[in-house]
Amino acid sequence: MSSRGRRITDEEMSELVSKLQSLLPESRRRSMGRASAAKLLKETCSYVQSLHREVDDLSDRLSALMATLDVNSPQADIIRDLFR
Amino acid sequence: MYRRSFKDTKSSLGSPNPNFSKPMVALRFLRALSLVRCSGPGARSPSYRARGIRRAAYACMAASAGPRRAWSRALLRKIRRRPGRGLRRPRAVIRRRRPVGGGDPLEVALRRLVPGGGCMEYCRLLEEAADYVKCLAMQVRLMQTIVDSASHVNSID
Repeated sequence: MSSRGRRITDEEMSELVSKLQSLLPESRRRSMGRASAAKLLKETCSYVQSLHREVDDLSDRLSALMATLDVNSPQADIIRDLFR
Repeated sequence: MYRRSFKDTKSSLGSPNPNFSKPMVALRFLRALSLVRCSGPGARSPSYRARGIRRAAYACMAASAGPRRAWSRALLRKIRRRPGRGLRRPRAVIRRRRPVGGGDPLEVALRRLVPGGGCMEYCRLLEEAADYVKCLAMQVRLMQTIVDSASHVNSID
C-alpha cells in the first residue's frame, strides 16, 4: 500500500491542491487569492485549528446546556427523548 | 462509558466505509451524549463533562469514518488507549516509521494537526487532511445544530 518512491505527477498534485482548496470555506478561499501550495497549507492549518477550537467551544456549551436541561421540565423531556 | 458503546457499534460493521452519512454520525453522537450523566450520583463537574463530550465527538467522528482512513485509525487508537487493559495484539504492522523530516514548517504543522500525519508521504498527507477537514467540519455543524436546537427548546416558555 505504501507507494514510497513513486513520484507524484504535477497533475496529481494540482488535483489534490484544488480538492483541498474546495473544502475550505468561502471566506478562506477568497483570502487566499491565487492558490499556491504554500498558501493552501497555511490556510488548511489555520482552518483545522479553528475547527478544533470550535469543537472545544461547542463541547463546553453542550455540557452547560445538558446541565440546565437536566431538571424536571417538559423541555427536558423533549431533549431527553431526542437523545434517546 | 463511551468506549463500550462505540465498540458495540463498531463490531457490527463489516465492510470498510461504513455508515458514514450525516444521520449515522448524528445518531452515534446523540447516543454517546445520552450516556453522559448530568446529575445525581456519578455526575461530574461541567468541565469534566465537556472533556468527555469532546472526546465523544472525536470518537464518533473517527468511528463513522471507519478504519479506511489513517486519521480515523490514529484518533481511535489515541482515544481507546488504556495501558495494560485487555488483550494486546502483536503489532504486525510497523506503525512507527521515522517521521518525515520536513524542511517546510507548514508541512510540519499540518502533520501535527492531522491525526496520524507524522509518517506518511506528502501526497497522502494532503489526502488525509482533505478527508479530515471534511469530517471535522461536519462534526462541528452537527454539534452546532444540537446546541441550537437545545437552546431553542430551552427558551420556549
